[in-house]
Amino acid sequence: MSFAGSVALVTGGGSGIGLACCRRFAAQGATVIAADLKKPPPELEASAWVELDVTDPGRWRDVIDGIRAEHGRLDALVNSAGLLAEGTVEDTSLDLWRRIMAVNLEGTFFGCQAVLPLMRESGSGSIVNLSSVSGIKADAELAAYDASKGAVRMLTKEVALFCARRGDRIRCNSVHPGVVDTPMVRNIFKDAALASERQWDESQPIGRRIEAEEAASLIVWLCSPEASFATGAEFVIDGGATA
Amino acid sequence: MKLSGKVAIVTGAASGIGAAIAARFRQEGAVVVGADIACAPSAEFRRIDVSVEEDWVSLIEDVLGAHGRIDVLVNAAGVSLAGDTLEACSPETLRRTISVNLDGTFLGCRHVIAPMRRQGSGSIVNIGSILGRVADGAAVAYVASKGGVGMLTKSAALHLARTARGVRCNQISPGYVATPMVENWLADLPDGQARGRELVAAHPLGRLGRPDEIAAAALFLASDESRAVTGADFLIDGGYTAH
Repeated sequence: MSFAGSVALVTGGGSGIGLACCRRFAAQGATVIAADLKKPPPELEASAWVELDVTDPGRWRDVIDGIRAEHGRLDALVNSAGLLAEGTVEDTSLDLWRRIMAVNLEGTFFGCQAVLPLMRESGSGSIVNLSSVSGIKADAELAAYDASKGAVRMLTKEVALFCARRGDRIRCNSVHPGVVDTPMVRNIFKDAALASERQWDESQPIGRRIEAEEAASLIVWLCSPEASFATGAEFVIDGGATA
Repeated sequence: MKLSGKVAIVTGAASGIGAAIAARFRQEGAVVVGADIACAPSAEFRRIDVSVEEDWVSLIEDVLGAHGRIDVLVNAAGVSLAGDTLEACSPETLRRTISVNLDGTFLGCRHVIAPMRRQGSGSIVNIGSILGRVADGAAVAYVASKGGVGMLTKSAALHLARTARGVRCNQISPGYVATPMVENWLADLPDGQARGRELVAAHPLGRLGRPDEIAAAALFLASDESRAVTGADFLIDGGYTAH
């Protein structure tokens, strides 16, 4: 499986699952552009980095124009930028609700919209949207996050059908990780006692957290020609949590 | 090579999806024992009826005797019999379909678990179907059998996560794939040609799947790349179930 000659754009590329995807794409020969609010670790400097606030459609256009000018093509987009915050339906403020929707849902929507013309020019493309097991199974403490990830799940199918019906050779799938060991997840546990964090891990059917690299292996596989008949589908990587 | 040093059993390996999986696994370095009811026994092939428990017991004993381990089991043997509408389906048609598609998968899972548990690793891949998720109105026994495989897979995954860490069980749900099973089924229908065109149109990608596309997903789930994936159902369906 080689991505030589391919160009991949990864949002949230500076940390967590996004960073793991950048490493894996690079290891397989792709030209990777990591897009994030802040500069990624120095190891990624071999690949390009662009500053991108995914909630800003104008900035998306600039980033895509830049990729077209510099690389002339785009083969893969991974919408990995995400925001996780706790809150029940009763105590989630409208402000928090909108911030989570802006990053998780609108950011993914703007990304899908922005890349289609360049992927068509490239002849084909693959988009992977990061949903979550939270887009399949709710948790009373994560009202806005669950709703945003459920919306990403259906947005993905809409993009897939739109592209397939037009005859664009662009696939779009969603990936649904369980609890992955990333800064985003560690942050949510920050205030929790260590014991409860361990209990949480042990409550997972496979008894541990998922590594970002494990999620990246699935995501990058979906971007490869190996997954040529997969579109509009949901790919769960959760150690059995939703079985 | 992603399966170097691994030993795999693939049922239904004489044709269609099973044959493609066996070929791909061999390319990736695995020792593959193909098992099928319709094959001439050889070094690479065993004749078994997957619905007969004794056949499984002796197959697994022989593979362990010859190779010392079993890393992967793919349950790809399946039948789709003529006369499978609700009113036409005889008790014999129902029982034969269930016995191959569901009992056969159950028996394979049941008997391969013990050696995989002793090894502390293993991957079971069951071939389900989109028709285990959405019905069709013209294949009552087939749909019921594949619905059963879907929940059998999840139940096995949870049991393994709790009692045999490192042993996983997942499913692939293909759309309609150009195989002898589908071609024969269409040939038996009075309006087979029109039905064939409808089937193509029902896949947003505008074509049926290819056996090698299912084999690519089986390879991912069989390999260590997917070690955090268990109890999952990978839809490889050209968008069939997205709408």
